[in-house]
Amino acid sequence: MSVKKVYVDHSATSPVDPLVLEAMLPYFSDRFGNPSALYSQGRDAHEGVEVARAKVADALGAEADEIIFTSGGTESDNLGIIGTALAREQMKGHVITSSIEHLAVLNSCKHLEECGIDVTYLPVNEYGEVGLDVLQDAMRDDTFLVSIGYANQEIGTIQKIGEMAEIAHDNGALLHTDAVQAVGKVPINVKDLDVDLLTLSGHKIYGPKGIGALYVKKGVSIEPMQHGGGHERRLRAGTENVPGIVGLGRAMELGQEWLETDIPRIKGLRDRLISGILGSIENSYLNGHPDRRLPHNAHFRFSFIEGEAILLNLDYYGISASTGSACSSRSLKASHVLLAIGLKHEDAHGSLRFTLGRSNTEEDIDWLLVKVPEIVAKLREISPLGRGADKER
Amino acid sequence: MYSEKVMDHFMNPRNLGELENADGVGEVGNPTCGDLMKIFIKVENDKIIDIKFQTFGCGAAIATSSMVTELAKGKSLDEALEITRDDVATNLEGLPPLKMHCSNLASDALRAAIEDYRKRH
Repeated sequence: MSVKKVYVDHSATSPVDPLVLEAMLPYFSDRFGNPSALYSQGRDAHEGVEVARAKVADALGAEADEIIFTSGGTESDNLGIIGTALAREQMKGHVITSSIEHLAVLNSCKHLEECGIDVTYLPVNEYGEVGLDVLQDAMRDDTFLVSIGYANQEIGTIQKIGEMAEIAHDNGALLHTDAVQAVGKVPINVKDLDVDLLTLSGHKIYGPKGIGALYVKKGVSIEPMQHGGGHERRLRAGTENVPGIVGLGRAMELGQEWLETDIPRIKGLRDRLISGILGSIENSYLNGHPDRRLPHNAHFRFSFIEGEAILLNLDYYGISASTGSACSSRSLKASHVLLAIGLKHEDAHGSLRFTLGRSNTEEDIDWLLVKVPEIVAKLREISPLGRGADKER
Repeated sequence: MYSEKVMDHFMNPRNLGELENADGVGEVGNPTCGDLMKIFIKVENDKIIDIKFQTFGCGAAIATSSMVTELAKGKSLDEALEITRDDVATNLEGLPPLKMHCSNLASDALRAAIEDYRKRH
């Protein structure tokens, strides 16, 4: 059976754009040289890397020498957080993060705890926002780093990063933000925000997997975690992933154009999806903030049913989405983000995330607005919950 | 990750619903952990003549519920009591290892329904 495919899981990953692929291809063959080499193939590769670095910097409002290429978001988070701690005289002091961060941030902070650093995991409100007063109150004399994600990977809530950077700086701390989900979706200027460290990743923005970058503001000192031949200003040793870097540069450049052209269209589709779902399905709710959210993210919860069962039904109709349900996670634990915004376990189970992208059309939304209510109704028919007395829940 | 048999029972569950005036009702699991199964049986001459289920849970939870109703229908109560979690999984051509424990509660729900019947009659 051939079914129309509707991919609405762009926060998991995105396809490489043909223009990005086209830019990358020469660097696998003709321009295969080691960028450190003196001869022509090496110079070609070096040029590819440096042009890409300038493109990434340009898209962020940064200087080229503030961009360090890494293997992706996880490595950038590790390097930004642990690298900042390593640059201190002693492994002491205090770091602040939030309870809804990506595991790359949370587990980097846990590692610092094991090394003797205090870490505060800030709570969030029902929308997933870290309060500025909450951050201010948590600051200590020995706080040296605040790491808060620009926008949440699950519910899409956008934080007030500029204000947080100011609070951090007023207290003598640096601010790192994981902007993996936000880059290419909302305009980001590191100078306006005045952040010190920013993580981004290629494969969420129509670039390849296995490539990312860390913005390190001039004057901010971090120590490398990978040692070797002194690449990337000594901060990230290893022969450069030249095709990946070139792809990331092109994706960042295109992303700037798409912010103007595609994002308003995608937001329109997303808004239609949200109002369509909430309007046609009883006991359905939007998770995250109604306005301060990524323009491509729609995150729902449906009472009385479980998310993995929803995903399997969606997949049957060619629709690819994701859930925070424990039943579909490797750990069999409910999403820490959904629990942190105050959802009960049974409500976290019934969550469903759609993240739209450039390929999505009005017809895709039509299809979702037919199939999702059908599937929810079918699973509620199977469920013993939501009948009689507990329908009022 | 799921076998074709699991997907078949998940997409087209057998014996779905509630039995009015059931002779025994069994319920296991809870919504917090993500699985809740309810099994209703109708008994005549010590035989399960009708059986239905309702399940809140993942694909495996729904498929195992459907399968256990198929296995139990028409069996004597003693025979039905011998249906194990492994029997359910085997008849579904296997379950992913992660799901063997958390979502394979259907035979427990069946046993609870039979015990409920015996308590009442």
